Amino acid sequence: MMKITEGSHAVAEIVAFCRPQVVSAYPITPQTHIVEALAEMVADCKLDAEYITVENELSALSACIGASAAGSRVYSATTSQGLALMYEACFNAAGMRLPIIMSIANRAMGAPLSIWNDQQDSISLRDSGWLQFYAEDNQEATDLHVIAYKVAEDHSVLLPAMVCFDGFILSHTYEPVDMLSQEDVDKYLPKFNPYEKLDAADPISFGMYATPDYYHEFRYEIDNAVKRAGGVIKKAGKEFGTMFGRDYSSMTEEYRMEDADTAIVAMGSVCGTIKDAIDEMRASGKKVGLVRIRVFRPFPSGDIAKALSKAKRVAVLDKNISLGAKGATAIEVKDAMYGKATPILNYIIGLGGRDVRKRDIAAIVALAEKGEGDMFYGLRKEVL
Amino acid sequence: MTFEDWFRKDRLPHIFCAGCGNGTIINCTLAAVDQMDWKKEETVFVSGIGCSSRAPGYIMTDSLHTTHGRALAFATGVKMANRKLNVVVFTGDGDLAAIGGNHFIHACRRNIDMTVVCMNNQIYGMTGGQGSPTTPRGYLSTTTPYGSAEPAFDLCDLAIAAGANYVARWTSYHVKELEKAVLAGLQTPGLSFIEAMTQCPTNFGRRNKFRQVADQVEFLKKHSLLKVKRDRLLLENKEVPADMFVVGELVRRSRPAMGVSP
Ligand SMILES: Cc1ncc(C[n+]2csc(CCOP(=O)(O)OP(=O)(O)O)c2C)c(N)n1
Ligand code: SF4
Ligand SMILES: [Mg+2]
Repeated sequence: MMKITEGSHAVAEIVAFCRPQVVSAYPITPQTHIVEALAEMVADCKLDAEYITVENELSALSACIGASAAGSRVYSATTSQGLALMYEACFNAAGMRLPIIMSIANRAMGAPLSIWNDQQDSISLRDSGWLQFYAEDNQEATDLHVIAYKVAEDHSVLLPAMVCFDGFILSHTYEPVDMLSQEDVDKYLPKFNPYEKLDAADPISFGMYATPDYYHEFRYEIDNAVKRAGGVIKKAGKEFGTMFGRDYSSMTEEYRMEDADTAIVAMGSVCGTIKDAIDEMRASGKKVGLVRIRVFRPFPSGDIAKALSKAKRVAVLDKNISLGAKGATAIEVKDAMYGKATPILNYIIGLGGRDVRKRDIAAIVALAEKGEGDMFYGLRKEVL
Repeated sequence: MTFEDWFRKDRLPHIFCAGCGNGTIINCTLAAVDQMDWKKEETVFVSGIGCSSRAPGYIMTDSLHTTHGRALAFATGVKMANRKLNVVVFTGDGDLAAIGGNHFIHACRRNIDMTVVCMNNQIYGMTGGQGSPTTPRGYLSTTTPYGSAEPAFDLCDLAIAAGANYVARWTSYHVKELEKAVLAGLQTPGLSFIEAMTQCPTNFGRRNKFRQVADQVEFLKKHSLLKVKRDRLLLENKEVPADMFVVGELVRRSRPAMGVSP
């Protein structure tokens, strides 16, 4: 059913339809509306779940790990400093192979303190073993939660997943969203069937000590599972398309790439602006296209290399920076394109909520055409 | 009286809502600091994150605005690195007792020489009114829409049990008493903890049917039980009303302390 709703509320509603049995989170802007909405649903008996109010994010994720190990479908949400505080438990969740789903309303990292959007928070956890989805709009943010549960809980994957959507730009924006119904979600998403769980009748242990004889292989298995998730995402995305008409069978989206000379690579809500900018540039004769990354972990290297194979130049836009190196997406795209002569130029954009407008995209394309890149775009030189 | 030399006027207007109690607590604290003959260059205000923790940003000394919950850990570093510095921490109930609870008990246990002023508005103000560990049972917040089911912490009891040398509680109504308590705290070597019960009309008052700011201040006043009265009730074997909190100087002692300037 089509409705106009705030991004956070759409996410809360779809999460409730996924029937989590335990929800635990700690308030932090701009994620707060999601968990407030879920707390209210639990209090109103509209959602049959245990809502655990905790004293910080590390406790929230730890409670989720315990609940997931005990065999429940669980949910959490956070952003920025909260996610950073979860760092330790993030690795535990992946290592214990627990399919926890967590929304990230992307926000910049302090210091200096900023509550505004960029993607540094979740990008900094790219090595933790969590699957990472990035939404362009609230429709996608909503749908991806259902797909994330299906993929994460698949017995060939068994990994936690972050569904990332840009703080404020999406979380606090009212947009039309075609909401699935409870029946739709029930049809698509089977009941949680834990591969293993804490069971007094058949005791097992999670997270035990691994000696050097085993640890190496554990990491190998987790890496394999993240990679295997690629195929599972494609299948689950296709099934979603068949059932509800919105196809997510690709981990990337190509926009006007057919004959593009300049290819932009980006992820998240800025892609909406980029598409509009491309339409304008195309109207004035510039052949520009976009490859949007929807899944960052596993990284769809093969799909990206294929999508970029005919471009004359690639402009990678990053709302994050691996300080001392490049934007995380640029590093991955360069790896995917290794051995090819195509120039790949990186632009750091929109950190800490700096607005990215259509004219900025046009300016970046102009820079790329001149071969100028690997820079922070739009620096205010007067304050440096 | 306001202590204008201590304020960074270029930072005004401040972010606090109309009727917020934080301004009162900051002013009482500065009134006490003003009596200490401290040099501004030797005074550091430290805070975590929250409305209350915005205070150091408005004060004309060095300050560390840190991460949510960690003010006391940062402040410990400051004090141990340079004992000559006078360290005052502003914190909130969420900052101090939820995410920072661990640092709170350990700073009291070590009895580090600093003064901690907690603005307890019984709610997470800054993030929009979620229940905190001091939200009283039955009171409404966005995460407890039918009333909090959990028991609340008594922050002063915690500080006393953990070992702080000076512990007092007042409210935003008791401005003179609060100023005196902060002054006593500043003068006491070791960790001094002053809890200031205060009003958050925007996120606590509004949800809990306080129609006016004054109603909430009145509520704080009415629910304050003077320590001497509480002690008398105990002596006479009478019941202490469960919905009241004790105000006054609760502890003053001289356990060994860390970081005291030689
Ligand atoms: C690690 C982390 N988690 C959550 C937050 C979000 N946050 C900011 S302020 C705050 C609550 C503040 O409550 P309190 O300390 O009582 O201060 P008040 O605003 O009520 O004065 C929270 C949860 C954060 N900044 N960092
Ligand atoms: S939200 Fe509450 S604590 Fe924060 S400034 Fe407003 S009244 Fe004060
Ligand atoms: Mg508070």
